[in-house]
Amino acid sequence: VIIDPGLFLNAVVSGLLLGGFYTAVALGLSIAFGQLDIVNIAHPAFVIVGSYFAYFLGALYGFDPVLTGILFTPVLFAAGVVVYRIYYLSFERTGQESLSGLAFFFGLMFIIEVTLIMIYGVDYRLVPAPYIGMNWKIGMVDIPLRMAVPFVVSAAMTIGIYLYLSKTFVGRAILAVSQDRQALQLMGADPVKIKQIAFGLAIATASIAGALLIIIGPVEPSINREYIGRAFAIVVLGGMGSISGTVIAAFILGIAESFVQTFAGPSWAPAVAFSILLLTLAVRPSGILGRQS
Amino acid sequence: MKSGGFWLLFVGALLAGLAFVALGSNEYYYFAGYVILQSMVMAIAWNILGGFTGYVNFGSAGFFAVAAYTTIALNKYFDGIGVHPPLVVFIVAGAVVCGLIGLGTGYLTLRFRGVYFAIATLALAVVFQTLANNWDYVGGAKGTYMLTPAPPLFFSSYVKYLFLVMLLLALFAVLVSRYIAHSKFGRGLAAVRDDEVAAECMGVPTLKLKLISTTVMGVLMGMAGAPYPYYVTYVDPLSAFSLGIAVNAIAMPMIGGTAYWYGPVIGAILLGSAQEILSVTISSELNVFLVGVVLVGFVILAPSGLIGLFNNLRARVASRA
Repeated sequence: VIIDPGLFLNAVVSGLLLGGFYTAVALGLSIAFGQLDIVNIAHPAFVIVGSYFAYFLGALYGFDPVLTGILFTPVLFAAGVVVYRIYYLSFERTGQESLSGLAFFFGLMFIIEVTLIMIYGVDYRLVPAPYIGMNWKIGMVDIPLRMAVPFVVSAAMTIGIYLYLSKTFVGRAILAVSQDRQALQLMGADPVKIKQIAFGLAIATASIAGALLIIIGPVEPSINREYIGRAFAIVVLGGMGSISGTVIAAFILGIAESFVQTFAGPSWAPAVAFSILLLTLAVRPSGILGRQS
Repeated sequence: MKSGGFWLLFVGALLAGLAFVALGSNEYYYFAGYVILQSMVMAIAWNILGGFTGYVNFGSAGFFAVAAYTTIALNKYFDGIGVHPPLVVFIVAGAVVCGLIGLGTGYLTLRFRGVYFAIATLALAVVFQTLANNWDYVGGAKGTYMLTPAPPLFFSSYVKYLFLVMLLLALFAVLVSRYIAHSKFGRGLAAVRDDEVAAECMGVPTLKLKLISTTVMGVLMGMAGAPYPYYVTYVDPLSAFSLGIAVNAIAMPMIGGTAYWYGPVIGAILLGSAQEILSVTISSELNVFLVGVVLVGFVILAPSGLIGLFNNLRARVASRA
């Protein structure tokens, strides 16, 4: 089989751009699931909420989606804090995380999705932004700005979170809470408060990720389900909570999906993430950068 | 539940169903009753794994839809060679296929923590939905129509027949679930749920028990899904893999009480009837919204379901007396 080099190169580049965006979607889950051990399957639903914030301000008042994404981070941070309070009081404190906690997030996802459907219906929604239709051409490679802008914003957010977690006291406490609760307590930090901040942070990233999602393409409420598989595949493949692992895994998924899309057709793309997830669970459940157990 | 009382109720339900089929005339009630019984089978099946062992299956809709698509594919194949087998053939086929899928998923993921199993089941549902979307033989993304066969002997309409079939399946699921709950196998499952490591140390073959229960869950879900194409007459991936099916399968046991075999039965009767009434009186979106709210409300406020609430109440009354 002869593969057209232009087609091949374009598939690689669009895979990398896609992977950059996927990092933004998976980052919050990487903190919640990887660090805090909270199986938040409603995370992609929060991402869609972010998209609808961007749609709401963008379509009505002409706000830039990236700006809206940043503006709404405090709102989703607060939502994350509230959700964690409920989760902690109802499940974590009593050791009911496994069954009731999972069902809780499943129900939450369902409530968010149906609420959005009741308000906005099942039509696809778009935002206006000057860069969405633009295209750069470097040699035979096309770089659409609707992919490049999310890539850059996602990279900035990822670096920001990475620096926050590794340089600040609260950030280090977040990393510590997943490793040794008791030691953290001895250092004078309240693990529940730290987890509350961390979960708020995780949900806050969904505001920006959602804005990026609606820049890339039109959004409707039920597409969050496709992103459950993608986000979990990335976090598990990346080795549960390691930021660099998350970035690498996001690129792997982005490139794999881009190739499947180019050479097999877009209708097969949703299965890629789940196949990677099942394969990782079967072959190397600790992920690429995780410790082998 | 005492054994005598159980059999009285069991035979009573069967006779009531038969009388209903023989005497009723308004077709709507059979359509509504079929949906309630179908979700009861799904809820009982979910609970055999979720309630008894604590492993959450998010992919119930996947199992359900695979059985429905097995029926469509087989039906098309048999049509091609001019054979028209009875419904029971499709039900057995759906049960076998979904049982094998349950076994396979369990084999791949049950050795890890429960969350991986939960995510894998979700994954599986999407993979199968993608396959159905791309498989033109069974209609692809456009979906496919099924012809309603002539009603069998003694039945005045096909939906009455389907209703009775689903009633028999529900009663069968009840028997299986009750048997498991009372058997040594069921006690092993409860040990897995309460403390898997301790159970393993005491010599309980935990992996084997879990594999059997995922298989039983798959078989029952396959049975529930197999007649579905004959019921709706038009199947597309979106409706067959509907999230509503997966949510109901979790919400019903949670509402009734997951620790008991009759929890999902109570949950299915209450939530199923409420949904049928609500979707007639108010919009269907609000209806599914309420299911989500009820599910979240129950897991937060009454994690042991209605049976748990009832037991608490009884204990409080007894301690006061």
